[in-house]
Amino acid sequence: MASSLVSPSPTSSFIRNKKDLGFSAFPCSSQIAIQKCRKQVSKKIVSVMAPQQSERKPATTGSVKTGMTMTEKILARASEKPQLSPGDNVWVNVDILMTHDVCGPGSIGIFKKEFGENAKVWDREKVVIIPDHYIFTSDERANRNVDILRDFCMEQNIKYFYDIKDLGNFKANPDYKGVCHVALAQEGHCRPGEVLLGTDSHTCTAGAFGQFATGIGNTDAGFVLGTGKLLLKVPPTLRFVMDGEMPPYLLAKDLILQIIGEISVAGATYKSMEFVGTTVESLNMEERMTLCNMVVEAGGKNGVVPADSTTFKYLEDKTSLPYEPVYSDAHASFLSEYRFDISKLEPLVAKPHSPDNRALARECKDVKIDRVYIGSCTGGKTEDFLAAAKVFVASGKKVKVPTFLVPATQKVWLDLYTLPVPGSGGKTCSQIFEEAGCDTPASPSCGACLGGPKDTYARMNEPKVCVSTTNRNFPGRMGHKEGQIYLASPYTAAASALTGYVTDPREFLQ
Amino acid sequence: MAASLIRTSYSSAFAFSSPKASVYSPSVSPPSIKVPAFSPLTVKPLSSTFAPHAVRAISLATHATLTPSSVPADTSTTTFHGLCYVVGDNIDTDQIIPAEYLTLVPSNPAEYEKLGSYALVGLPSSYATRFIEPNETKTKYSIVIGGANFGCGSSREHAPVALGAAGAKAVVAESYARIFFRNSVATGEVYPLESEVRICEECKTGDVVTIELGESRLINHTTGKEYKLKPIGDAGPVIDAGGIFAYARKTGMIPSESN
Repeated sequence: MASSLVSPSPTSSFIRNKKDLGFSAFPCSSQIAIQKCRKQVSKKIVSVMAPQQSERKPATTGSVKTGMTMTEKILARASEKPQLSPGDNVWVNVDILMTHDVCGPGSIGIFKKEFGENAKVWDREKVVIIPDHYIFTSDERANRNVDILRDFCMEQNIKYFYDIKDLGNFKANPDYKGVCHVALAQEGHCRPGEVLLGTDSHTCTAGAFGQFATGIGNTDAGFVLGTGKLLLKVPPTLRFVMDGEMPPYLLAKDLILQIIGEISVAGATYKSMEFVGTTVESLNMEERMTLCNMVVEAGGKNGVVPADSTTFKYLEDKTSLPYEPVYSDAHASFLSEYRFDISKLEPLVAKPHSPDNRALARECKDVKIDRVYIGSCTGGKTEDFLAAAKVFVASGKKVKVPTFLVPATQKVWLDLYTLPVPGSGGKTCSQIFEEAGCDTPASPSCGACLGGPKDTYARMNEPKVCVSTTNRNFPGRMGHKEGQIYLASPYTAAASALTGYVTDPREFLQ
Repeated sequence: MAASLIRTSYSSAFAFSSPKASVYSPSVSPPSIKVPAFSPLTVKPLSSTFAPHAVRAISLATHATLTPSSVPADTSTTTFHGLCYVVGDNIDTDQIIPAEYLTLVPSNPAEYEKLGSYALVGLPSSYATRFIEPNETKTKYSIVIGGANFGCGSSREHAPVALGAAGAKAVVAESYARIFFRNSVATGEVYPLESEVRICEECKTGDVVTIELGESRLINHTTGKEYKLKPIGDAGPVIDAGGIFAYARKTGMIPSESN
């Protein structure tokens, strides 16, 4: 029984955003001025985007019902209000709260301290606890943290706890999944129209399912554990319209790197990013997840892709809970709109040390690399490995640098060993990877994406140059402060592994 | 004369007897210094002249213990004074607290302290002066001055917690990443203040600064310059109270601790 929550009056602003965004979209010229970071944008990048549209003024107040964006609608329904505008602070009912081994113990500590040692979570079926970050390590504290999760789940009778006890053999743990964001999707916890919060910045990945999903800290999570609610500020929405057929050498990773490079690491701060258009509609669920995954790298609060038949098909065998998708109204107000002609885009990388340090892959072909890492919620899903395998098949050669493969979850690992790769004559990913000389696929977890304890597989313990399918490349991200990380799509990563230099995948795919 | 007299007493109240002491624990209260209440109306804008009666009340606010009788309930008299540590743009959470230390659980008091000892250890070696000296566990810089998008990256609450545990009281940045800002307020660990200009380009690590929350002002005593800050607004009382839970209980939003 959670402590009862006395509802504050609607006008009380509990935690107010310290700056009132209003609707001041940045006009084109000052947008460049605003990012005063030292990022270098390659002058050779052809502009493939129409200049952003001028902002549309929000609907005026009054009793007239105005159009709302997807995000606004989801939050309106979750806060039981008929109408919301960006900037409103509302108490939102949470459908799913996710936590993992790094932030779970802290959140649990706060929950117990604030609600009492004997307090019960608000709903034992809505808390999903997924150890995934520091699992296959001998670090005692890391191991202890999984134990803390277990104790809590047993005490609270948490329905969804993807436990692991045998660290020496992940397959011996039937409940264990792996990377939380991929597990949430695979286990059917992501549903259109719902609110999903998680103690991890990449919780925004779930927006691919047409829901509101964002990352929160331990204290907020402790609050949700007890009450099932959180005070959120409604974000305005940036709309990204992508039309055109996806070229065979591009992946969703390239699309999101393009966007982040365009608007910068703070371009979407406190905003929602909505992805629409024929290209987005052509993406499968895992590609949509990649797109939404890196929303946080642009500072975004959440990302959304409207649910459609692709979504419903994916969910068919995964969840039996009813859900109701929502869609942006035709006359909803967006802060800005960006349009892309996908056919003009080229494979990209984000150079050290920022996800917005965008460059064309082909322009980095003289960058010698030491290793390639394929893994994480961003680039370690089944589709990501299928993509990498495609490049290896096309080449038929062996990799020139150590190539680390870390499947995100047990299911992904299994897929690597069972799914036939199109165009390979029936071979599985694992066979193709072995023939190409890659490392054996490792135990599924977050792995070295964020460094981790010193004994983490593929951690960068010396200054190296790495092409990675992960999501961040700030100094020290994968371990060593002087490590150089080039963020890239699985196509680009595989191509680079084959040459030993940063390589445009068109060298192998055309 | 009055100004210089007050300045003498002011600086002796803040004398750093040891390199570590920039944090005022509640037990420290210099008995010989009278600290009258701060009267905003009598203060002149320039830092060099003080109206005779206006000496700032020092808020001994720590997040853990807050006794209403000794600490002002609102932010109008809260002041931070100390050395500042200057960093650049896009200081992400991996630089604030590298991921390898995330096995430390912030709600565990011993590990909380340990987290503090690693604050900003992820900054590249181009930062020759470190936030925490080797072999130290606390910082001597109570104020961190940053550029744009401070705290970007992960949602890990360990970031503001590490800064607070190390002894930082406030961050003054040009802008923040949203989760870091939210976590700072929710935990009450550091005040996330925003400057109107790029203070990070005008201050140097080691400058002596004062932040007056009520006046939304930062004064750099070393350069003599003053800067306007954006008001902390509704987030102020939440941090003052010690975070969202304490605030919610204080304002009756949730009943007191018993379930």
